[in-house]
Amino acid sequence: MMISQPVARPDGGVKVTGRARYAADYFAPDLLYAVLVTAPVPAGRVTSIMVDDALAEKGVVRVLTHEDMPKFGRFASPRAEPDTQMQQAEGPPAAQSFMPMQGDEIRHEGQPLAIVLGETLEAAEAGARHVALRFEFAEPELPAPPEWTAIDKAAVVPRESGFLFLEPTFTKGDVDRGLSDAAAMVEAVYLQPSRHHNAMEPSATLAEWNDGELTLHDATQHVYGVRQVLAARLNVPAGKVRVISRHTGGGFGGKGWIWPHQVLAAAAARIMQRPVRLALSRANAYSCLGYQPRMAQKIVLAADRSGKLTAVQQDVVNLTTVSDDFVEFATEASKGLYATPAMRLSQRVERANVAMPTALRAPVEGPGTWALESAIDELAHRLGIDPLDLRLINHADTDPATGQPWSSKKLREAYEEGARLFGWRERPRKPQRDGDWLIGYGMATCSMGCFRHPTPAAEVRLHRDGRVLIRTGTQDIGTGTLTIFPQIAADVLGLPMEKIELEMGDTELPEAGPTYGSSSTMGVGAAVLAAAEDARSQLARLANLLPDEVEMHDGHIRRRGAAGGQTIADVMSHTDIGEIIGSGSFDPAQHGNGLAMRTFGAIFMEVGVDPGLGLLRLRRAVGSYSAGRIVNPRTARSQMTGGIIWGWGMAAMEQSRHEPVLGRFLSKNLSGVAIPVNADIPGDIIIHFVDEVDEHASPIGGKGIGELGATGVAAAVANAVFDATGKRIRELPITPEKLL
Amino acid sequence: MTPFVYARADSLGDTIAAGAAPDSAFLAGGTELLNWLRLGITEPTRIIDISRLDGLDQVEALPGGGLTIGALMHLNDVALHALVVRDYPVLSQAILNAASPQLRNLATIGGNLLQKTRCAYFRAEEQLPCNKRQLGSGCSALHGINDNHAIFGWTEDCVATQPSDPAVALAALDAVIVTAHRSGGRRIPAAEFHLLPDTRPEADNVLQQGELITAIELPAPAPRSAYLKVRERESYEYAIVSAAAVLEMDGQTIRRAALALGSVALRPWRLSAAEEQLAGAEIGDREALSTAIEQSFAQARPLSQNAYKIELAKTAALRAIEKAARMSS
Amino acid sequence: MNFHDRHLLRLRVNGEDHSLSDLDPRVTLLDLLRERLHLTGTKKGCNFGECGACTVHLDGRRVNACMILAVSCEGREVTTIEGLADGDALHPVQQAFIDHDGFQCGFCTPGQVMSAAALIEEGHTGSDAEIREWMSGNLCRCSAYPQIVEAVRAAAGRASQ
Ligand SMILES: Cc1cc2nc3c(=O)[nH]c(=O)nc-3n(C[C@H](O)[C@H](O)[C@H](O)COP(=O)(O)OP(=O)(O)OC[C@H]3O[C@@H](n4cnc5c(N)ncnc54)[C@H](O)[C@@H]3O)c2cc1C
Ligand code: SF4
Ligand code: FES
Ligand code: FES
Repeated sequence: MMISQPVARPDGGVKVTGRARYAADYFAPDLLYAVLVTAPVPAGRVTSIMVDDALAEKGVVRVLTHEDMPKFGRFASPRAEPDTQMQQAEGPPAAQSFMPMQGDEIRHEGQPLAIVLGETLEAAEAGARHVALRFEFAEPELPAPPEWTAIDKAAVVPRESGFLFLEPTFTKGDVDRGLSDAAAMVEAVYLQPSRHHNAMEPSATLAEWNDGELTLHDATQHVYGVRQVLAARLNVPAGKVRVISRHTGGGFGGKGWIWPHQVLAAAAARIMQRPVRLALSRANAYSCLGYQPRMAQKIVLAADRSGKLTAVQQDVVNLTTVSDDFVEFATEASKGLYATPAMRLSQRVERANVAMPTALRAPVEGPGTWALESAIDELAHRLGIDPLDLRLINHADTDPATGQPWSSKKLREAYEEGARLFGWRERPRKPQRDGDWLIGYGMATCSMGCFRHPTPAAEVRLHRDGRVLIRTGTQDIGTGTLTIFPQIAADVLGLPMEKIELEMGDTELPEAGPTYGSSSTMGVGAAVLAAAEDARSQLARLANLLPDEVEMHDGHIRRRGAAGGQTIADVMSHTDIGEIIGSGSFDPAQHGNGLAMRTFGAIFMEVGVDPGLGLLRLRRAVGSYSAGRIVNPRTARSQMTGGIIWGWGMAAMEQSRHEPVLGRFLSKNLSGVAIPVNADIPGDIIIHFVDEVDEHASPIGGKGIGELGATGVAAAVANAVFDATGKRIRELPITPEKLL
Repeated sequence: MTPFVYARADSLGDTIAAGAAPDSAFLAGGTELLNWLRLGITEPTRIIDISRLDGLDQVEALPGGGLTIGALMHLNDVALHALVVRDYPVLSQAILNAASPQLRNLATIGGNLLQKTRCAYFRAEEQLPCNKRQLGSGCSALHGINDNHAIFGWTEDCVATQPSDPAVALAALDAVIVTAHRSGGRRIPAAEFHLLPDTRPEADNVLQQGELITAIELPAPAPRSAYLKVRERESYEYAIVSAAAVLEMDGQTIRRAALALGSVALRPWRLSAAEEQLAGAEIGDREALSTAIEQSFAQARPLSQNAYKIELAKTAALRAIEKAARMSS
Repeated sequence: MNFHDRHLLRLRVNGEDHSLSDLDPRVTLLDLLRERLHLTGTKKGCNFGECGACTVHLDGRRVNACMILAVSCEGREVTTIEGLADGDALHPVQQAFIDHDGFQCGFCTPGQVMSAAALIEEGHTGSDAEIREWMSGNLCRCSAYPQIVEAVRAAAGRASQ
């Protein structure tokens, strides 16, 4: 069995030798380098774009402005239904409805206004510095000051612009009664700043037209999405757009939907009749792509004397751009985590002249657990109940919002086993010191909803010499799918990993959906499983065996339980078929209906705080998870530690600050925006998975794990800081000025 | 980058002759200059590559005690040099806390002192209102985001700080910066090398066009010295506040102390008043040390968002003294 | 002093001599490797010295290729990720990254590997803390940091502490 084995990544060879190619690593004959000129102000009109100085730069070929651009087509949302607001909306996979360079209007700082094309990168960059812009300023809407009263005042009910995936309000039970019955209450506001994905690879696109057909090498989490949106925007049939993305240098949601630069690169290439490569600068990556918006959450938790929740109330406001209402559904955490008779939840947005926000690793529950899991800790202290016990007391045996049974849930085990590995029950209750450091312990529940994108497909080709090729149009962003899919096929076909090749990241391959929402193992993995089974069935028929009764082992096919069997080559040599093509897909509608699906876990953390210097450091952590079957414990461990570190960054340092006067992100670079470095992370991070198989979520028995690890962490850190110092921090990140 | 011409220097004489022409810039490690060129912070038309000049990349003992460090020595080579590690731990530590291992293999000690502020407005990819980018355009930080800006020596024209770590150690060590220029060289005390924004906010230091740093001289060994850097992430980040302490001790009693703070002003900030009071204090007497440090904060002035840096700086100074005292002589 | 706006550059990359004529002095070593020599293993993550994705060895020392003017490398020797392995035999650091799952998306990996190989030569493997500090010039947003430390430790032939 390969499944559940810690198999090494087959992509290791190309990744450690520099042979793995990312979008900006491709060339084309006669390539032009594109550099964006962007708006330095957040609102207004550009009245003139003077390009003479730029064109005087040796090697600059052309400067494109809105006057050169074609009128881009509308992208109709796949969610559009007649006679609803949705009809007007665009939405995913398009990241935003607003297309720059269609007129003179400026809606946010950093918006592309012109494209400089050069024979060399040096020429294009120098040219871009010499494009002179004139403006008519408009008074921008700026983000409110980061405090509840100001944000609450600016907040409005979101409209459906394609990003309102759920109802903005939710109620259940009698909240007022729950509040008045309470023996203890917590009411608090939790703030978090805007944060960027900061993937190490800035997005890049190489666009090339040949006879009306477009080929794109792109940094994306969704090749088919790119095709869909580009076809609509550029008014070409989807069949004439091929998108290739063999490796993507980190996505985290930032490359999930399709941003204007991808369209602009393709449009520029069409105008120039030459291939164009547009690699975003790091600064571009802050304003031409999305980010997790600044959020404020007001929570009220009410409980009886035993700690049982009597009511949960949560009001969430997130920042969004003026054109689209992106809604960050933090209230989902409250809907899914704890048993409560009454809930009143609301989502609002605050519109401003800022770039469009988007999903960022651990959206929804990431922010949601920051607030909810902090508040639960506050409630535990108020009640004098251990924070872990309070969570156990309120364990949700069924889905709190719908009452549906869970597809599977082993959160109790995750709590218990995590607590044991951490020594939670034995932790010192008195303040601890280590030199100048105060030591604190904190924990939180982790949870993510399960996204299962409809009907990913895969193909498994079994060659007569026993080699296998898996083909599926999903993409490698490093999560481990390159390892897991071959493992799945290897088990079905009884072949070693070395025999199995995998081709991904190309719209020539069977459509397999996006790589986000921690969905690939469940969905595409199930499609690969089905395709491999189909290939095996076909082989069985050739071998005159009943497909349902065969097994494959060591290159042989035989009746289950029988010895020996026929080799693949033997079976196929009786025919003139060189290769068997198995196909499979996964339709989530066929699995787990009527069941609520989530992943769960618990994070336990030990931090040090130096109150004299305001320093916060991670000392150790234990993450214990209930997430269904783990196909590869080695890549899964990397996913979880990566998630915890992601959460550490959220807790301790990450923020993209909105400059209050200029209406831009203060810093658009990696020395002005801190993300964790190696020295921040101790080796003592233990990852544990509860033994579990969720047959309802997917035939693989697994659920998504890529984002689960990042949830709960910020709250666990703040809870540990409280334990260490007695200071309750309700605003992220927890930087020195808050700890002094 | 705006186009420029390039030449490699091979003699000191030619270098200072060529450097005197306006619009020319020296290139040492390039870790600052290249970023300035990319952002348009400076746009020289002639680049003089001094990285291969002979004789400027060694550490030598000075006859009367002390060391001279060639200006072109790479940061890592200075920090890991046996004599520096043994006799000037404050400098070694300051360097090893700066930038990253790779950058320290490129960056030179001379170039390090010439780095400009990390004020986010100044470093933006667009030219924002900033007197250091364009004199007269105003200071965006004054009423903007200034939580990491100066608490000493700022004016309404500029509230930025000098980010160099080594410069703080050198100021505390009373190091001397030795230069060569067409009109003769100079010896500049490290603590007077950088300029406050009071007279010419656009200028960073006292060097003239074409003046080349050839060496840095350290006085007598300072084995009881230490550097402390405070930052939200553990490495590869500039300081919020840093402190360098150089002590001479009689047993547990401080005989002489030199203290400098980093990232609190546009120059390393010597705490002279505190130094005076520290003479005679017992190292174990935290209260006496704190009272002494307090003396130097009478002149501290917070901006709208950075009052916390005052408390932080005091603690950093205290901890640096204690750390220095723990260094064995 | 002879100033030029176009230069002849001779340098050795991965053991191979290159001679480039008419080189614009603005070209960085990173862009030279990637765009002129098509050695795209060295990555551009920031172009400002802030991420380490562009780490290569220059005369045996690890440096950020985005911070170097190519023209200043006249007569020098550069090793990139493409030149680290000995033919088909992976460098011990490369093998250790595979063995310890020291990467996910792989974008930062060439820089990490080049940094780690140099770090071991430098002798900064005395403790895990020392490895962490001396590997901090390479950001990894997938956050493979613990596995990277394990890989470096293993490649340095040191048992876990
Ligand atoms: C991401 C990043 C992080 C950093 N973090 C830190 C940090 O934490 N702490 C810290 O202290 N520094 C830090 N630095 C700054 C770094 O240390 C400096 O960039 C470096 O020391 C500059 O030296 P250089 O030789 O590269 O200078 P160059 O870039 O070559 O030159 C800079 C300037 O100095 C001039 N110059 C250079 N040498 C001489 C000389 N001998 N005589 C006269 N003029 C000369 C040049 O003309 C130029 O104007 C960081 C840099 C980066 C990019
Ligand atoms: S503080 Fe100085 S560098 Fe920063 S914006 Fe003001 S003038 Fe410019
Ligand atoms: S690309 Fe050179 S350090 Fe980031
Ligand atoms: S492996 Fe993805 S950034 Fe390091």
